[in-house]
Amino acid sequence: MERLTKDDVHPKILEALLDADTDITVDDALENEMILNMGPQHPATHGVLRLLLRLDGETVVACVPELGYLHRGYEKMAENMSYYEFIPHTDRLDYLSPMANNVAWVLAVEKLAGIEAPPRAQYIRMMVSELARIASHLVAIGALAMDVGALTVFLWTLREREKILDIWDILCGARFTNSYTRIGGVANDIQPEALAKVKWFINQYEENLDECERLLNTNRIFVERLDGVGVISAKDAIDYGLTGPSLRGSGVELDLRRATPYLFYNEMDFKVVTYPEGDSLSRYFVRADETRESIKIIRQVLDKMPQGDTLLNQPKKVLPKKTEIYSRMEELIHDFMIVNFGINPPAGDVYSAVENPKGELGFYFVSQGEGRPWKCKIRSPSFVNLQALPHLVKGQMVSDVVAIIGSIDPVMGEADK
Amino acid sequence: MDLKEIIAHLLKENFPGVNVELIEYKNELTLRVEKQHIVKVCKFLKENADLQFTLCEDITAIDWAKRKNRFTVVYHIFSLKSKNRLAVKVDVDESDCSIDSVASVWKTANWHERETYDMYGIKFSNHPDLRRMYMPEEFEYYPLRKDFPVMGIPGSLPLPKK
Repeated sequence: MERLTKDDVHPKILEALLDADTDITVDDALENEMILNMGPQHPATHGVLRLLLRLDGETVVACVPELGYLHRGYEKMAENMSYYEFIPHTDRLDYLSPMANNVAWVLAVEKLAGIEAPPRAQYIRMMVSELARIASHLVAIGALAMDVGALTVFLWTLREREKILDIWDILCGARFTNSYTRIGGVANDIQPEALAKVKWFINQYEENLDECERLLNTNRIFVERLDGVGVISAKDAIDYGLTGPSLRGSGVELDLRRATPYLFYNEMDFKVVTYPEGDSLSRYFVRADETRESIKIIRQVLDKMPQGDTLLNQPKKVLPKKTEIYSRMEELIHDFMIVNFGINPPAGDVYSAVENPKGELGFYFVSQGEGRPWKCKIRSPSFVNLQALPHLVKGQMVSDVVAIIGSIDPVMGEADK
Repeated sequence: MDLKEIIAHLLKENFPGVNVELIEYKNELTLRVEKQHIVKVCKFLKENADLQFTLCEDITAIDWAKRKNRFTVVYHIFSLKSKNRLAVKVDVDESDCSIDSVASVWKTANWHERETYDMYGIKFSNHPDLRRMYMPEEFEYYPLRKDFPVMGIPGSLPLPKK
């Protein structure tokens, strides 16, 4: 390992690291404290996260995360493009669940513009966000297992995720960057083949998840690497602003699908999974159980999904269908106006948040009545969850840092925006 | 009694000298307070047994470019008890571009305020660790201000040393 010099670390970061108040004292430790640089290019940091660790022997005394290696200035870009144009960019926020981000964006824009998508479109949106949740949690579980040394499970969970990507492929023609939703609906109705594939997927999923769980839950190495590691109490978790599985792993029953229902989640019967321990193992249990609840929701969605339009008929706000643009004058004019000048929602500001796989994804818009947002703030769950990392790793071994990062499952695409 | 009346009543009772304004728009409640009262009002909103806004979801700012008070700092807070969301807005002028930090009330405010400082240049006094969040420390500009060009400023980001 190369030794860090003063030039490698900015003096202000070093100062923050050395000033960090810490109550960790180790008897009989090595004489010298060491500063270890982890990342930004490190396979276990799930992207370009950089951590500076102050070590006493093998114990972490303090930790300072450095963000910004993937900062693309999405909030500035959003101020300079119309609400429609930004939909593909939401794919690149949390790139493990692009569908859920698409849904979150259009829900926020619809709230601002005061329109509502037809019921069938809302049911489809619910179905794709639950599938996205399963896909994201599968990657989280697999990567966590791989971080602590169980390589097989990663391949098994990614095999399951691959089936969801195949559904995306039929549904919208893209596997990763979906951009499937539209303001006032979805891009196209769900095809019979895609529907059949969803039905097939939910029928075989639980059996395959059980298989993965048998590999993990009875694996002593896996359990002991996570049990009691990175504990955060319910009070601290709320204070640090954690949301999603990281918060529910500390026993706080907060799920925005239940607390502030959007789409048709108030009609769905599902359980908000919580585990009281607050350690890395309980965060893993929450994720695994949540995918089962998602399957339950998808079953109900498929049962209740009504027939009808998937796009709102509201010419001033919603892009018309392509076939109509080529054959009718009115639609051509509306298409031209929306593409060139935007949908001009009334002046005002709204904050709209949904429960994404990682936690609460919120969009805050300020509109001045123009086609572009005056301000767009992205409240990304990974960014906020990462803030608890110094608290979680304090006093743990340096090898546990990897397991803890895996258990809070950050995606740097949305943490850095 | 709905939330608007409860908050108005409680604030009037506990802070008689503080001007507050409550606005409702699209089922969202917004509370406007003056800059010097932000910390005590936030502390009260969090600790009052009837309100319990314990979760701070987001802190950001708006640059109005040409208005008298150029910036507005916006806090989005959530009550786990009543499942209500509240936006708290505070105007900040460019000539005195600073506001007290609420990191002592909610720990999560730490990074949100660092991000706001990084993007808008609003200084948060009494902040435990006010550094830039995303941009390098040497960067001189505040990217989300309206006078910062979308294409960036050539030469403003130093290249890494070889």
